[in-house]
Amino acid sequence: MELNNVSGRALRYGDNVNTDVIIPAKYLNTTDIATLAEHAMEPLDPEFRRKVSTCNILVVGRNFGCGSSREHAAMVLKAAGIQAILAESYARIFFRNAINQGIPAFEIRGLSSDVDQGDLLELDLNLWKLRNLTKAITIELSRLPDFLMDILASGGLVNYLKKRRTW
Amino acid sequence: MAMTTCEKILAKNSGRASVSPGDIVVADVDLLMINEITGPLAERAFEDMGFDKVWNPEKVVAVLDHAIPAVDVRSASVMKKMREFARTHSVKNFYGVGGEGGIAHQLLVEKGLVGPGMLVAGADSHTCTAGAVSALGIGVGSTEAAAILATGKLWFRVPETVKIEVTGHLRPPVMAKDLILSIIGSVRADGATYKAIEYCGEAVSKISIDGRMTIANMSVEMGAKTGIVKTDEATISYLEKTGRSLTLLESDPDARYDKTLQFDASDLEPKIAAPFQADNVMEVGKVEGIEIDQAFLGSCTNGRMEDLRAAANIMCRRRVHPHVRFIVIPASMKIYREALREGILETLLSAGAVISNPTCGPCLGMSQGVLAADEVCVSSSNRNFVGRMGDKTSRVYLASPTTVAASAVAGKITDPRRMWS
Repeated sequence: MELNNVSGRALRYGDNVNTDVIIPAKYLNTTDIATLAEHAMEPLDPEFRRKVSTCNILVVGRNFGCGSSREHAAMVLKAAGIQAILAESYARIFFRNAINQGIPAFEIRGLSSDVDQGDLLELDLNLWKLRNLTKAITIELSRLPDFLMDILASGGLVNYLKKRRTW
Repeated sequence: MAMTTCEKILAKNSGRASVSPGDIVVADVDLLMINEITGPLAERAFEDMGFDKVWNPEKVVAVLDHAIPAVDVRSASVMKKMREFARTHSVKNFYGVGGEGGIAHQLLVEKGLVGPGMLVAGADSHTCTAGAVSALGIGVGSTEAAAILATGKLWFRVPETVKIEVTGHLRPPVMAKDLILSIIGSVRADGATYKAIEYCGEAVSKISIDGRMTIANMSVEMGAKTGIVKTDEATISYLEKTGRSLTLLESDPDARYDKTLQFDASDLEPKIAAPFQADNVMEVGKVEGIEIDQAFLGSCTNGRMEDLRAAANIMCRRRVHPHVRFIVIPASMKIYREALREGILETLLSAGAVISNPTCGPCLGMSQGVLAADEVCVSSSNRNFVGRMGDKTSRVYLASPTTVAASAVAGKITDPRRMWS
């Protein structure tokens, strides 16, 4: 199965962005993701929603998505318009949640020095390359296990299990 | 092949003779826990996947704990859906408001629902608390919980294991919380990402199951997949009381570890994690004197008998500072009743504390103690991220129950050794 490439501009944040700032617990009294997405990243950056309209690739530092297991975090980022996440490293549960939501999520060491806010990026998921067109840099991606690529290509774990009925 | 406890459990549950770190396995889950925050999303994903039958309702535990009783119409509706789901699918292990309820991680251990050798998945990051009784407790997302509801299985990457060996013994009022804060300060917030931690050593064997739960609980604050405390006499005698049968899966003596870290408990000073990261750890002495508005004793980290007793030791014949709200939340109804019988609640109430029903509430700013702008709280909970307990300008210091109690009395961050008897 082939994955669609993603292109767009980088939206930069730093290290240890946790799920409490991605979506504060005080809003979790609903499961309506569109409503929740209005509060995505609110404590960290009140301008997030506006920025996503032009910058759809999240480029972050170490330990992205640490803290709570709330899958709402991956869901609101997607609902707000984020199409891929590139991080120096991820917290374990968030990484799984992102893949399960069908969000391409890659770990790229040293990424922070290669991408600035607003850089034009092209994520080639068939050749396993990230091209920073603004800086004319190409970065090799480490492949995800085929198993995870199948989940991504299905559009997430719900569709994966809906089709296959088993693991 | 020599394996660690974590590897043995993953091998057993995936039907393999052995596994190695990095292997991806599909394993049978022995128990799944969902709560009212993650459960409703799991239920929706379960239905979207096209399943209508839960694989084994006996192996599902559904808990309302994050903000109970309901704080508004929306949260009431979410809980109503959880109750209906549990009824429809005959999930008998359902815990709600009152009765035998409480915080899920406490209930799993206290009710004997988890034990050594079990693979426990919970749609909550602090599921690693089950490691206190040598279970492999792993936090998962809601869609993964749905996959387990449907198939009873989930994929796991076999983690490397880090061994943490602690020598010496804790000197009260220094508690297990001070030890785990000290470990987190050294390992850092992402120092054990994707890894399993195995806790052992003389000091750990002298720590009660209550304290071991505090330690296992905060493993995730280092990014760990799980934290397992080595089974010993204390584990066995605790499990006998809860009626849980025992499957011993000890690490082989020649098992391979990613690394071994040594700590000593004897010289440990009271520790505190300053805003806004649990790994921003220092000695309490370094921030003594910072004025506080609220002190919180509770949560899945520190709402157990040992914690309440330690606070009562400090509160006895003392008063909560007039500028401080001292919020005490037993982690379960069972603990609530026991603390009532022991007179601990009376001591705390007489000192000026407020006792709430078991809930996660204030820990994540959902109910029963949300902070206003610029307020400061000393908390026995596990996270102090920006806005975690309320307004984004509020500040949370994580500390032990004795430090929380001493600070509640003084109205400012205080070393508990000044008040311990």
